[in-house]
Amino acid sequence: MTEKSSPPSNGSSNNLVKHMFGSAFKLSLFMFVCIILLLGVYYFTAPKIAHEHREAMLKTFNKVLPPSLYNNIPLEDTLIITDDKQRALLGSKEPVTIYRARLDNQPAGVIFQLVATNGYSSHITLLMGVLPNGTVSGVRVLNHRETPGLGDKIEEQKDDWILSFTGRSLQVSTANNQLIASDPRWAVKKDGGEFDQFTGATITPRAVVAAVKKALLFVHQRGDTLYE
Amino acid sequence: MNNATDTTEQPETEPSRWQEYRKIMDNGLWKNNQALVALLGLCPLLAVSNNVVNGLSLGLATLAVLLISNALISLIRNHVSSDIRIPVFVAIIATAVTIIDLLMNAYLHTLHGILGIFIPLIVTNCAILGRAEAYASKNTLDKALVDGFFMGLGFLVVLVLLGAMREIIGNGTLFDHIHMLFGDMAQNWTIHFSDQYQGVLLAILPPGAFIGLGLLIALKNAMDAKKSRPILDIPVTVVNSNSTPERL
Repeated sequence: MTEKSSPPSNGSSNNLVKHMFGSAFKLSLFMFVCIILLLGVYYFTAPKIAHEHREAMLKTFNKVLPPSLYNNIPLEDTLIITDDKQRALLGSKEPVTIYRARLDNQPAGVIFQLVATNGYSSHITLLMGVLPNGTVSGVRVLNHRETPGLGDKIEEQKDDWILSFTGRSLQVSTANNQLIASDPRWAVKKDGGEFDQFTGATITPRAVVAAVKKALLFVHQRGDTLYE
Repeated sequence: MNNATDTTEQPETEPSRWQEYRKIMDNGLWKNNQALVALLGLCPLLAVSNNVVNGLSLGLATLAVLLISNALISLIRNHVSSDIRIPVFVAIIATAVTIIDLLMNAYLHTLHGILGIFIPLIVTNCAILGRAEAYASKNTLDKALVDGFFMGLGFLVVLVLLGAMREIIGNGTLFDHIHMLFGDMAQNWTIHFSDQYQGVLLAILPPGAFIGLGLLIALKNAMDAKKSRPILDIPVTVVNSNSTPERL
């Protein structure tokens, strides 16, 4: 690192240019080697990562929709919601992928990710399963940044609260030719509903309840078209 | 530092070489501990040390990156002019980190999900670039490897200690979720101290990290001070005896 470190001091511009190109060449060479190395590792690990990702997805799928209810592969039977209005209904800025479960080609439920945008710290990502009759088959939190010890009781490992969604459904009514939610039970107790809030944390459960409610309404509005 | 395994050494250089390794070890683990003395890489240290498993995993990843980057940088040290050394170091470190990131994603998927952004962020751990520039780029491969290992180990030990402190106080457990690192055989390694313990939230939250690190640094300084006390005691006894105060 020493003998070649300083540019030629005799002022010859020819030597300086040579030094510059030499350095540039070496730098490019190093970058090239690094890229080749990374590409190699990437191609080596990509199938394994995809496999692990799939396994992890399936594990959470099984928690929100009992695997005994369907016999297709929901991961390969998807509906992607790209329409702005519909995405807004689900509270997502990104396209939403809906995984459809079927039993002998009959609708058995849908699983999708939704985002509760008004959590205490940040967005809360949820995974939710809904049966064809509009009943919630399960909700789980995928990730969140709520306060540890207070808002993080939405995690299944910390508290049973998230299980209180299972088996619930939403009453809807028609107004101006549009389905709207008319179910006062879908709120935390503080707001007159049926869901518990946590001591010291109302915002988090309120956000989760609201997001699930929104998604259920969406399922009602789409009805059978979800499975087409 | 184990006994000599390398038999190709000339006998006369052997003692000095092992002394050198010994010095590197002292520096990495104690005298120039990257976390407690140099205070480098605090961002991941403070953010991830809320339990032992997170601390241990990030510590191991950092150790691996340090070993790889120190080794490669030592190998190329005579082929890179000083003008382009920093970009080359950064490229090597970034490549090493990305490789570790991909491997963890493939083989420790759940853990990777929890550590998330802090694995790629190892790139910004200034301890690694610091060792590359200050040590590996000036020393032979063997010394650079020893340096990388002990600097990384020093960092890892602090991460694990801090993680253990925060997990015990904040959660009442030790080694929670350790199966994510060691597989199913570690399923029941978790120690629960009490079923009733609610945990002191402060320890898990960011302030707990700062307080914990402060306590560890204080402890280290106290131990250093104790070690050097006999020398400090001498002037005191001289003054007390009312003779000419002659300080050493």
